[in-house]
Amino acid sequence: MARNVTTAKRVGWSIAAWFVALLIFFPILWTVITSFKSEGAAIAFPPVFFDFDWTLSSYVEVQERSDYLLHVWNSAVISLGSTFIALLISIPAAWSMAFNPTKRTKDILMWMLSTKMLPAVAVLVPFYLAYKNLGLLDTKLGLIIILTMMNLPILIWMLFSYFKEIPGEILEACRMDGATLGQEIVYILTPMAVPGIASTLLLNIIMAWNEAFWTLNISASQAAPLSAFIASYSSPEGLFWAKLSAASTLAIAPILIMGWFSQKQLVRGLTFGAVK
Amino acid sequence: MGSIHLNKVSKVFGDLKVIPSLDLEINEGEFVVFVGPSGCGKSTLLRLIAGLEDLSGGTISIDGNDVTNAPPAKRGLAMVFQSYALYPHMSVRKNIAFPLKMAGEDKATIDKKVEDAARVLNLTDYLERKPGQLSGGQRQRVAIGRAIVRQPTAFLFDEPLSNLDAALRVTMRLEISELHHELGTTMIYVTHDQVEAMTMADKIVVLNRGNIEQVGSPMELYNHPRNLFVAGFIGSPKMNFVEGKDAQAFGAPTIGIRPEHLSYSSSEGAWKGKVGVAEHLGSDTFCHVHTENSGTMTLRVSGEAGLKHGDTIYLTPEESRIHRFDDKGLAIA
Repeated sequence: MARNVTTAKRVGWSIAAWFVALLIFFPILWTVITSFKSEGAAIAFPPVFFDFDWTLSSYVEVQERSDYLLHVWNSAVISLGSTFIALLISIPAAWSMAFNPTKRTKDILMWMLSTKMLPAVAVLVPFYLAYKNLGLLDTKLGLIIILTMMNLPILIWMLFSYFKEIPGEILEACRMDGATLGQEIVYILTPMAVPGIASTLLLNIIMAWNEAFWTLNISASQAAPLSAFIASYSSPEGLFWAKLSAASTLAIAPILIMGWFSQKQLVRGLTFGAVK
Repeated sequence: MGSIHLNKVSKVFGDLKVIPSLDLEINEGEFVVFVGPSGCGKSTLLRLIAGLEDLSGGTISIDGNDVTNAPPAKRGLAMVFQSYALYPHMSVRKNIAFPLKMAGEDKATIDKKVEDAARVLNLTDYLERKPGQLSGGQRQRVAIGRAIVRQPTAFLFDEPLSNLDAALRVTMRLEISELHHELGTTMIYVTHDQVEAMTMADKIVVLNRGNIEQVGSPMELYNHPRNLFVAGFIGSPKMNFVEGKDAQAFGAPTIGIRPEHLSYSSSEGAWKGKVGVAEHLGSDTFCHVHTENSGTMTLRVSGEAGLKHGDTIYLTPEESRIHRFDDKGLAIA
């Protein structure tokens, strides 16, 4: 039976949806607004929304005090680098588990996931000491290695689920049609797997870009990405809201723009497997 | 071209013997149907012939060449899968052209062969569409198209019609039979539907638990089933079986009689019973009669039967059509 949707109901739901969306978006909106305030206006109570003197002074000061482009460069190298290496490892791993599963495949997948249940701080000290001895502290390579390891289980799980969706009969048909393994990969598997790999890639770049535990703890200045750049403006006294907001806005802008342009892929990535 | 010989073929999955050991001869140009209940090993047997599964023992040869260890592509066979297994990212044209492209044919030849196949299968108007934009029957035709362009030595069909609705299944059944007559190529067809087996096959192979129960033409299996399993599996509605005293009266531990070989009378006959549900098909009526000693029997009456639920009637088998089976369930010659 079709549900009877009246106009009033539709309007009501639309308003509710907009309200929830605004609620979720509000912290970002507030950060952006605050970044255009003077430090005085930023801590004013009751808070002002739009009725203040809009200024770029916080942005200017943030630019003068720290090297924004260096942090953007670091963030880009770390997130792209770790994503690239993680894909290099996870594609064949997920591939073999999806298409040639053994008795232990499920256990291995569970074990990989279980490593994500461990609080990162529990292994901070051993990692810190190991990195210190290896000379990897505050290096981009060090951060790439650790972020690769951190995100690898999730990547393998995502790709495994994607590859599982490719029906085995299609691969068999392809073999019957006379394709060699190479042709099978080029003509059939890759085109069918590319959407899945693309959304996994995008999600991983975002996860790596936003990572703030390891990047803050094992980088200082040379390799510090944008997360460290934001953190450097959060003083214990909490008095520089406008500058902190300006730094945050600058840090999230690139990833937000990327996310905007790749919405379609991301939504598929976040909801895959939900609807069969 | 297109004779296939299976010699002591067996297949074991772990501890499970799916196919114990089996010999089978398929002649050139034959339409062979593997039929049996689900889990009888018919699909496994087809996949062994295709090369998609490795043999646990025995040999397979095609046209006299041993292909036991040859990869699927080297066997010269084409397969149509139950799920069609079309390449979703390719147009119909590219799907059909794929095996030719893999065989390294030049573009002009590919185009011509694809156009020809499309014409035979009524797909000309759909060549630029993706499989997702086609109906079930059209997808099935594309899958067949992809198989015929290669001009294989034999076609393998793995329950190709089971995803289609009843009406379309009948149409496609005819189309495949027609195609067989046109091409004259060997076809091996797997189904669990005995009607498909009876209507399409030159030769039916009845399988049960990995063993061949009987091989023969549809009418051979219908008229002379070798054992109880084949007798019960082939024919629709199913053969009636009678055991005990009622069977002894006809000289065997078990007798079988098809619904179309029973006659009824309101006054006298071999078995007394009460009429239960009657299924009216128009051309025929299937009456389920609850007999006194031999359970429920199906009676087939041509046209409209004047029988009502609860009527008492007597059933009599046609003497020359009685199938007699011994204690082991084998037919008594």
